Amino acid sequence: MTRIWLVCLGMALSPPVLADTPVVLVQSTTSTQNSGLYAHLLPIASDALGLDIRVVAVGTGQALRNAERCDGDMLIVHARTAEEEFVAAGFGVARYNLMYNDFVLIGPANDPAEVATTTSIEEALVRIAMTGAPFASRGDDSGTHQKELGLWDGIADVAAASGGWYRETGSGMGATLNIAVGMGAYSLTDRATWLSFENQGSHVILSEGDAALFNQYGVIPVDPTHCPNVNADGAAAFTQWLLTDGQDVIAGFTRDGEQLFFPNAD
Amino acid sequence: MPTLTDSFLTAVGLVLSADADLIEIVGLSLRVSLTAVVLAALIGLPLGAALAVFRFRGRSALVVLVNALMGLPPVVVGLVVYLAFSASGPFGVFGLLYTPTAMIIAQTVLVFPIIAALTRATLSDLLQEYDETLRILGANRVDVIATLLWDGRFTLATALLAGLGRALAEVGAVMLVGGNIDHVTRVMTTAIALETSRGALPLALGLGLVLLLLTLVLNAVVLGLRARLEEHAHG
Amino acid sequence: MAKDSPRVIPFSPTPASDDLPAIRLCDLRFKRRGAGLLNGLTLDLPSTGITAVLGPNGAGKSLLLRVVAGLVDPDSGKVVLPRAMQGRVGLVFQRPTLLRRTVRGNLLHALKLARVPRKLRAQRLDELLALGNLGSLADRPARRLSGGEQQRLAITRALAANPLLLMLDEPTAHLDPHATHAIEAIITRVAAQGTKVILVTHDTGQVQRLARDVAFLHQGLAHELTSKAQFLNAPQSGPARAYLKGKLLL
Repeated sequence: MTRIWLVCLGMALSPPVLADTPVVLVQSTTSTQNSGLYAHLLPIASDALGLDIRVVAVGTGQALRNAERCDGDMLIVHARTAEEEFVAAGFGVARYNLMYNDFVLIGPANDPAEVATTTSIEEALVRIAMTGAPFASRGDDSGTHQKELGLWDGIADVAAASGGWYRETGSGMGATLNIAVGMGAYSLTDRATWLSFENQGSHVILSEGDAALFNQYGVIPVDPTHCPNVNADGAAAFTQWLLTDGQDVIAGFTRDGEQLFFPNAD
Repeated sequence: MPTLTDSFLTAVGLVLSADADLIEIVGLSLRVSLTAVVLAALIGLPLGAALAVFRFRGRSALVVLVNALMGLPPVVVGLVVYLAFSASGPFGVFGLLYTPTAMIIAQTVLVFPIIAALTRATLSDLLQEYDETLRILGANRVDVIATLLWDGRFTLATALLAGLGRALAEVGAVMLVGGNIDHVTRVMTTAIALETSRGALPLALGLGLVLLLLTLVLNAVVLGLRARLEEHAHG
Repeated sequence: MAKDSPRVIPFSPTPASDDLPAIRLCDLRFKRRGAGLLNGLTLDLPSTGITAVLGPNGAGKSLLLRVVAGLVDPDSGKVVLPRAMQGRVGLVFQRPTLLRRTVRGNLLHALKLARVPRKLRAQRLDELLALGNLGSLADRPARRLSGGEQQRLAITRALAANPLLLMLDEPTAHLDPHATHAIEAIITRVAAQGTKVILVTHDTGQVQRLARDVAFLHQGLAHELTSKAQFLNAPQSGPARAYLKGKLLL
């Protein structure tokens, strides 16, 4: 009996992977994982680079904070201002444009606020605020949340409306979408997450295509002078790959024939 | 909304197909949680027994504390372990964050209070019955603890099962310290959380049913074994 | 109600035939929740033979055994055991607690707790099984034995440490004559080997069969210590006379 336990213990405490494959840990936004992009992209990158690339998918805000604590070698996120602050503070080596897609406003098909007929996201949000139709917000300092707060700026005081028609879930994108579908609320999400979301219910895209809904993803290697423990070479190699060979791989990722991310490295 | 039938069929399909990813995830769940329970037992059994047997200042306060720790939210434990093992934390140098080892540590912290508290309760009752008999037979306190642990072993098996249940069921701690990394730290509960966030509710619920099945089998095995051994050794 | 002056019974009915001095119980007092359970009990018990302790319920018999065994500290007074007897005291409760193990397991554990060296345990185990006539029950779970078998095991287990003083609290209460006989046989053998036996009982027939002398307790005091014959035929104290006539129940 004791021997079995010891064996289990040894098994559990032994290093989980072969030590000779260097690990690159990516702190990432969730949309890239939930859409299935990484399942498509990582095997190709790992083969090409000889790296064991691991992804921890959290909101952009949490990803940035985790990386600031040196718990990651690089970042793939989508909140440009916060990303530039991260680099300026000396936590990241540099920020590169990686790819883009766009945000969309989704809501129930019966569209109580009648936003489907609007021509801009600004107009759509004004109608939601005026009618007081429920709106589900991430409320978690993620890239999507930051984007959404920027859009509300000058339209409605969402902080004051919080708890009324404006509902902060404090959760990830998927959880927020499940809630929005469940309560018949509008919500802002990125197109990739929405297209790969399987519990859409009767919700549909009601506002899209506005230039303000542009969603830029960036990649940042964590600065080894701030975090001496990071795998700087691995992060640099994977970043370089994403900005070159990886661009075609990103473009080649589709769901139901539709391309979800558009590479735009400089 | 997924119907239960959908999810049930998904679960059956998952089990029958012996999907390699599923096997890997189930395997890691078992490895992490069983190891955590073994480690938690190594801490919790002696601690619970000591709380039952020894009389010292602050003992009741410690009992209250251990009982309170049973109700600790997993996400709090996860956060504490994350901060401890983060590269910027005191144990960052070990590089354990986002590994199964970190998950085991978090679940050990989560589970040991349950085992300690249930052990204390079980052995306190048993001590009432055994105390004078063991003393007159010449037992010292260590003998008493050893005797209680052995004679209480069948009840204590249930305490370990309770701990295992909590470990297998929790998602908050392993998500934070494991990171739900595919093929590295993804376990049943974090996989369920991921599929839920992808809106793949039938698959999420199907995985949930697989987890339930797993827990059922583990409980049946332990309780069945207990019944047979107890029949033999008597309880 | 309780008389507070200690009653000393100086005479020893059966002068010790060996070197062991008497078992001295000096002015033992013990109170719980305002009720005096031992009220200055003083008694010199002979260190050999079988002494029966009689008395109505609540007389303090069981408590006295616990005090002598060191399980309970009296509020005042003390127990002085002959030096050789110290640390070699066995006690079997009226409702003995058997471990959740087999008969063999119970005996082996007692041998272990008595610090019998591992090498010697197998042989001692065989001796004990023979003494308690438990050989055929060795692998049975202890708690599934009949009442008489359980009592036999409990007594045998108490003998694992080779006690020089064995105290038994109503070992045959509620047992049928056959089981009672088996227990009495063991007690007789143990006493014959030189172990002092203190036997709490309500059974005057048992006193007649086993005891050499009798101590009578009432309301936490020793009222007399006499030879069996004297006690059964002509008890000295009023309470003892009442007790034997069945008039003293509490």
